[in-house]
Amino acid sequence: MSAPAVAAFVEVETPLRRFVRQFSEDRVAVFGLVVFLLIVALALAAPFYAPQNPYDLSRVDLMDSRQPPGAKALDGYTMWLGSDGVGRDIFSAIFYGLRISLAVGAASCLIAATLGMTVGLIAAYAGGRTETLIMRLVDLQLSLPSVLVALILVAMFGKGVDKIILALVLVQWAYYARTVRGSALVERSKDYVEAARCLGLSHTRILFRHILPNCLAPVIVVATVQTAHAISLEATLSFLGVGLPQTEPSLGVLIANGFQYMMSGKFWISTFPGLALLITIVAINLVGDRLRDVLNPRLEK
Amino acid sequence: MAEKVLEIAGLKTHFFTRAGVVKAVDGVSLSLARGEILGLVGESGSGKSITGFSILGLIDPPGRIVEGSVRLMGQELVGRSDSQMQSVRGRDLAMIFQDPMMTLNPVLSVGTQMVETVLAHEQVSKAEARARAVAALAMVGIPSPEERLDAYPHQFSGGMRQRVAIAIALLHRPKVIIADEPTTALDVTIQSQILATVQELCRTTGTALIWVTHDLTVIAGLADRIAVMYAGRIVETGPVDSVLDHPRHPYTIGLIGSVPSRGKRGERLAQIPGSAPSLASLPQGCPFAPRCGKAIAACRSERPDLEPVGRSLVACHVAQGTGGAE
Repeated sequence: MSAPAVAAFVEVETPLRRFVRQFSEDRVAVFGLVVFLLIVALALAAPFYAPQNPYDLSRVDLMDSRQPPGAKALDGYTMWLGSDGVGRDIFSAIFYGLRISLAVGAASCLIAATLGMTVGLIAAYAGGRTETLIMRLVDLQLSLPSVLVALILVAMFGKGVDKIILALVLVQWAYYARTVRGSALVERSKDYVEAARCLGLSHTRILFRHILPNCLAPVIVVATVQTAHAISLEATLSFLGVGLPQTEPSLGVLIANGFQYMMSGKFWISTFPGLALLITIVAINLVGDRLRDVLNPRLEK
Repeated sequence: MAEKVLEIAGLKTHFFTRAGVVKAVDGVSLSLARGEILGLVGESGSGKSITGFSILGLIDPPGRIVEGSVRLMGQELVGRSDSQMQSVRGRDLAMIFQDPMMTLNPVLSVGTQMVETVLAHEQVSKAEARARAVAALAMVGIPSPEERLDAYPHQFSGGMRQRVAIAIALLHRPKVIIADEPTTALDVTIQSQILATVQELCRTTGTALIWVTHDLTVIAGLADRIAVMYAGRIVETGPVDSVLDHPRHPYTIGLIGSVPSRGKRGERLAQIPGSAPSLASLPQGCPFAPRCGKAIAACRSERPDLEPVGRSLVACHVAQGTGGAE
């Protein structure tokens, strides 16, 4: 009986391989993933190809301001997407801005996920009053509109990348906590947890080594959606003028900068950063949508 | 008689629910010698699994051990803190569950789960823990254990998975293993293989075994002694041949009678009428009396205690009264 057992062992598809196969069945999702990876690569490599460093004020010339797309800058390069009110090349600013937007999105998502998962796991495992307290806090958090809460928090903390991330984390942790608690409650009642307790493993070990990995699938889905949400929330805050400072323009700041010129026909200042934001968020959401289909056990064929 | 590894006396585990107090285990006394195999038999809801969990100290609220003692090698376990129990669980006491599909963590490799079990109780290097895991897998008859260590639970068949679960239970050479219906979910052929393996392992390692089951046929070939549970109490216990060949308690007689066999082909199967009583509202007197055909007046007023009848201990007024004439 050992021979067929070994053969079966080799042929069985690993969960990761099955996941990759199922994910790539949807062309739109693969397209979204490719676009997203391309955006990330372009953003990371911005200093190597962007004609202008928008943070370097000595390179920004006020004489270049409000030039239409395709105009020549005083430095000699072509401003393919025009320039904004202070002479920043929109093309360069978009990719530098993407770096900030993506970094803020990723950082807040990571921190919020870690915080939310820990809290959610503890709530599910401890039960009783601890759980009630944590989950009512989550309900409270989720019942308030996130833009409003973030607005208040940023107004309290002040401007800056770290403060924006902090505000986004405080707005988003509750989604992770609720998601993880839901699946942890299911996992906790499974026999392998009882078995692990019978083996004398510690609570922390059971919680983080046994229960957590089994709860990750829905968290990954929430994380993609929430990253997109964090990026747009940051843009919203910056647009409203409480987000990132003018000297380090994120996409939201760029859109806000062009807003006053919209009516005077200088559409490019707001439009192109807006398009970049739109493409990024749609790409992430396409990926997230497919992940939800693939990772949802109820939809498994 | 060999040394007692496990002694349970007057164990009572009650669940305090809104509907009332559920007396899941209501005064169970057992003892287990080194290398002995005890079959704990009973219907669903008779308290046999809860007895197992009580021994391990794994009763979650609203449940609580209200009375009695569990002594492992003379050491009292009832009343110990959770962290004190943690050091006993897995090392001196181990458990094997019914469904091997569910008891192994699907996302961790078998090797990871075994190594962490070793490391939970002993300060050894990872390499040594791995070597111990390989040895344990080999002991339960898993081919090429070295390679299989990196496999995930879903890559094993049901029988192999139960062997892995047994290997994990054996890692620390526990004094007592509690097996909660470990072969119910398996094929008959696999079941007999597992039974043979377990029996041999208990003989060679001196591990005592409590085999919880509702299947008398499994017990007949495996156990040294049998304890029959009904409504949270042991109603009959004794050596396996005494209990199976000369059952005294009407419930045991009913259990044995309801197993179909070739000798009884074509006959109507004897069945026990009714179902197990609700443990939240037990009748006064013998809990089996409402389903018992032989019940006398005393059965409805007074709960019988375990008393020797023949070579067994039986809790039944009728059997005690007739003096166990065979």
